[in-house]
Amino acid sequence: MFALLRRQKVRNALLQIFFVGTIAAIVIGGWLNAQQTLERQRIVSGFDFLWRSTGWEGNFSLLAATPNDPYWWFFVVGLVNTLFLGVIGLLLATFVGLTVGLARISSNEVLRFLGRIYVDFFRNIPLILQVFFWYAFVTHMPAPRAAYDLGSLKISSRGIYAPVPNVQWEFLLASVVCVVAAIVVPIWLGGTRYLSRPPEQRRGLRVAACLGLLALAVLVFAAGGKAGEPLFSVPELQGLNLRGGMRISPEFSALAIAMALYGGAYIGEIVRGGFKAVGRGQIEAAESLGLTPWRIFSHVRLPLALRAMLPILANQYIWLIKATTLGITIGFTDFFMVVAITINQSGNTLEAIGILMAGFLLVNLSLGALFNHVNKAIALKGNQLRS
Amino acid sequence: MMARQPAAGDRLSNLRKRFFPTPLQAALSLASLALLVTLAWKIVDWAILSAVFTAEGGPAACKAAEGACWSVIANRWRIIMFGLYPYDEQWRSALACLVVVAMIVLSCLPAFWTGKRIAAVWIVGVALFYGLMKGGVFGLRYIGEEAWGGLALTLFIFVSTCFIGFPLSIVLALLRRSELPWISRVTGLIIDSVRSLPLISILFAFAVVVPFMLPGWLQGDKLYRVIVGSALFFAAYQAEIVRGGMQGVAHGQEEAAKALGIGYWHRVSRILLPQAMRNALPATINQFVISFKETSLVIVVGFFEILASGNAAYGTGEWTFAYVEVYAFIALIYFVFVYSLSRYGAFLERRMAVGAR
Repeated sequence: MFALLRRQKVRNALLQIFFVGTIAAIVIGGWLNAQQTLERQRIVSGFDFLWRSTGWEGNFSLLAATPNDPYWWFFVVGLVNTLFLGVIGLLLATFVGLTVGLARISSNEVLRFLGRIYVDFFRNIPLILQVFFWYAFVTHMPAPRAAYDLGSLKISSRGIYAPVPNVQWEFLLASVVCVVAAIVVPIWLGGTRYLSRPPEQRRGLRVAACLGLLALAVLVFAAGGKAGEPLFSVPELQGLNLRGGMRISPEFSALAIAMALYGGAYIGEIVRGGFKAVGRGQIEAAESLGLTPWRIFSHVRLPLALRAMLPILANQYIWLIKATTLGITIGFTDFFMVVAITINQSGNTLEAIGILMAGFLLVNLSLGALFNHVNKAIALKGNQLRS
Repeated sequence: MMARQPAAGDRLSNLRKRFFPTPLQAALSLASLALLVTLAWKIVDWAILSAVFTAEGGPAACKAAEGACWSVIANRWRIIMFGLYPYDEQWRSALACLVVVAMIVLSCLPAFWTGKRIAAVWIVGVALFYGLMKGGVFGLRYIGEEAWGGLALTLFIFVSTCFIGFPLSIVLALLRRSELPWISRVTGLIIDSVRSLPLISILFAFAVVVPFMLPGWLQGDKLYRVIVGSALFFAAYQAEIVRGGMQGVAHGQEEAAKALGIGYWHRVSRILLPQAMRNALPATINQFVISFKETSLVIVVGFFEILASGNAAYGTGEWTFAYVEVYAFIALIYFVFVYSLSRYGAFLERRMAVGAR
């Protein structure tokens, strides 16, 4: 018996069985205990509750939801809200981050100093504090009657009211596609090898393509208008409230602002790090070839920096997506809030937590896979690029 | 690029070269300078010149003034700092906070960077803090955890998160790099699933769900459950940092130790960990900074830490307009802690120049 224990292989196997067994015992024991407790509280376990109607309403939702809708629909609504807030927050944060990062690597000392103040200020205050501040800030705006009026944009304590296009959605989609094409096609024309004309002489072609597609977008947009109604629905004061247009709830704007400013500070540092990682020799080589500063930036520094910052940026994006769960503190109906309310209302605790974990795993894994793919696609081939 | 001109002796041309080398740069400098000055002036004007400082006038005096209303802080600072802690005993809470600050400062001194000394500082510090806050010994009145609040609670959660999380992270890192496939795989699975969840949901699960899963005698107070959850989260991230540090230790080191017949524990504690921790130090400090900021999330599961007590300080009746001042005050407290920690991390990074061989 002891001779057997002295053999390395046997010892290793026993150790592993013991370790895995302990973990499994903890998990299974917890599960069984939970089943018992829940049964004592007369809560039916299983996923049947998903098809019951909820009886509550969210304060913000992209998809229509009524109290009669079942739980599973509310999970979808919550996930879509989280993703929507995440995407808007990420876009804004990236924009802020690029600005700050470029300020921090600029050759101008005052600008660099400004960027540094920004990063130090916003990075060192917890995000949740910033969310609370912005929420208090937007809800302390004047009442709808005295709303700030910026043209057709109205800012009040009940939210920001913005004009929205009042056209059929198929046409709206088509026109958005045209606008995107107006950006993409000229870029493609500049680089493609399918045209016989050399890239330097394609300027007229690119301008024409861009303008043509933009004009097409406007035409499609106008064609989609509903009979007898204006093309834009503009918010107007009616009685005590604002009607028409699109309302951006205070919860949403507070979260989006906070995410943009806080995430921007972090992304700014990532951008700076990316540019710092570009070897000095690369830039000197470009300078000695006589490239203009702009060309050095757009053709040498930016592409190389982008590759250096992408993996870190992916982590930051995942972090920001997870940070949308802060919505629960100010009452934004995100995925986590739906889960929390479900636990409160139906008592199906374990199932709801399981759905929460699955949802975030799904989002994180797909974001991770997307970034891995992009990363591989743009990775430098070969090993000739050493600074 | 322009050719570099030889340095001119006088200061003025130096200044001109730094800030106004070309018309475009000059315009940029001036614009940013203008922005900077306006911003600074606005803040000074709001926070000091036209602000109200005394509590005597009450809210009415504030509403008349243009600037900040610091009287809300003068009026409510005890709520913000100490929460619901009994009024007469609040000196204990303040002293406990000082103990934590002293503990953090001591751990930042290189003289304390040996396993035994750092452990001694933290054990003594945590025990002192706990005794002061909870009382029941040395003639101090007993005060239960439910009355703790404000800055002391924030610091308590932070300190105990690190206190539990840090040793746990080393254990997790060692398990993950174990040569036994099943141990490393299961540990990896645990670490990765904790890392993929938001901290809020983990805190929520430990506060609300775990009581279902544990038998009654194991449940403990909600505060300690939440601390365990937050420590687990901290450990999952820190374990990856430690593992990264371990990967930076050359393989030869371990092979040489094995060849000399040094046993596993000795190898890990005397050869692997000291070098790995040194590699991982900057990232570790960064992780401490992040986890300090994230203590504020316990507000979600209903604790009265500094942010929640700040909400309570301005939320009631007469001071509702003064939210900016309250949040500015709390932000300042956070800023002092977080900024000094992160500056210290940057200083260490420069001093040790990790990565530069």
